[in-house]
Amino acid sequence: MTDFKSAQELLTLCEQRQTKISEVMKLRECELGEIPMEQVIFRMQQALEIMRKSAITPAKMPTRSMGGLIGGEAKRLSVHRNKGKNICGEVLGWGITYAMAVLEVSASMGVIVAAPTAGSAGIVPGLLLALQKEYHICDERVVNALFHAGAIGYLAMRNATVAGAVGGCQAEVGVASAMAAAAAVELMGGEPAQSLDAASTVLMNMLGLVCDPVGGLVEYPCQNRNAAGVAVALVAAELALSGIRQLIPFDEMLDTMYQVGKRIPYELRETALGGCAASPSGCRFCH
Amino acid sequence: MSFISVFDVLGPHMVGPSSSHTAGACAIALLAQKMKNGALKEVEFTLYGSFAKTCRGHGTDRALLGGIMGFATDDIRIRDSFEIAKERRIAYRFILDEKETEVHPNTVEIRMISENGTQMTVRGESLGGGKVRIVRINQVQVDFTGEYNAVIIIQKDRPGVAAHITRTLSDQGVNIAFMRLFREAKGETAYTIVESDDRLPEDIAETLLENPNVRDVMLVQQ
Repeated sequence: MTDFKSAQELLTLCEQRQTKISEVMKLRECELGEIPMEQVIFRMQQALEIMRKSAITPAKMPTRSMGGLIGGEAKRLSVHRNKGKNICGEVLGWGITYAMAVLEVSASMGVIVAAPTAGSAGIVPGLLLALQKEYHICDERVVNALFHAGAIGYLAMRNATVAGAVGGCQAEVGVASAMAAAAAVELMGGEPAQSLDAASTVLMNMLGLVCDPVGGLVEYPCQNRNAAGVAVALVAAELALSGIRQLIPFDEMLDTMYQVGKRIPYELRETALGGCAASPSGCRFCH
Repeated sequence: MSFISVFDVLGPHMVGPSSSHTAGACAIALLAQKMKNGALKEVEFTLYGSFAKTCRGHGTDRALLGGIMGFATDDIRIRDSFEIAKERRIAYRFILDEKETEVHPNTVEIRMISENGTQMTVRGESLGGGKVRIVRINQVQVDFTGEYNAVIIIQKDRPGVAAHITRTLSDQGVNIAFMRLFREAKGETAYTIVESDDRLPEDIAETLLENPNVRDVMLVQQ
């Protein structure tokens, strides 16, 4: 049976079988879910299609959010880049545009894929679709990258948390960003150990991030943080791909993130009672 | 499902913005409408806790109404569910109860009245990540997630009813994954919920109803 309970076990499986993290995750899904491989891949292709649509549409058709705090950001970024004024470069430029777009779609009741949550749904598609665009990567490999991202997210769900109400934003945007970083490493030709290092780096850099949605709505600062999550993921992937190793393995960082999350005060875990939500400007939307 | 699937991580496919306040709300209503008897005429939603708080901004109201009309969590029609309900001549009402604290923070009670006059109340909780459970049917506390194919039997609390149910299921070759029994009080109304991995035969309701103590049978299939 292909299964793993930790990043260390996942790494051992990859080494023993001389295979990639995405392959292990695909096999695990077939075996534990008792579903044929074509069906597993088909479902992920459907997820990719939804992700793509939600990442692209808002640049052409901006929509105001239900709560009224966001809308139109992806279009602004798009116009800005078309004028040749962007300073982030291509991959990051597209990545943040896509990430903000997905949150705009979500906040205006459009269809998205939670990855791993709705509030952090922009980061994984944002980075992967930006890399696909810049490096002309085929869909098949992006689908594999999604399985890879799923492996990291699964470990976070199993061994820590992905709920902002439990572990703060580091558990949502932090985990999403770790998923994106690790998947990007495999997509760009890195080894499993490098992927896990990238995921570890992200959690380190996002440690302690609180969940403080203004007005209790999954809009602001959530959307900004999805853009930031792409940047943190890209940096972590670049470090890993250059051969920089990390002192703290992913399993330990995941546990560290969880322990820190449990110590974040109640007011800063999705209750809209602290942080940005409690700032004078944020509190104009208090209940 | 007993394991964390890759599609639990990259999923659900859903209308935003919140997996618990939008997708979860829709999922509860979707389960509730599978239990009702006949076409829906009137529906009343009572929202508690944080459901009541972010109802509008998270589209909880539209998601509930969409779910009760049979829309899945990723059905874009959820956005227009008020208009669609009006077209379908379904009367709806939302009651926000922020005072009641003795409930799970994301709780909704759904009262459905059908064209044929039957009434039913279902209470559900949204547990996060789009996962939900039904905790009350009419006045009886139950516990059921809708992740499996299920048959819900409303019966009189009398000897032999459970035996009749298991015999019927066994005759039809149904493998029971879970079976639980709930009741109001001794000798009063009781509920049996049987969950199975496979689809249940549609005609099983008729056979179950042959026992005079079985009052109603609802199939909630995937």
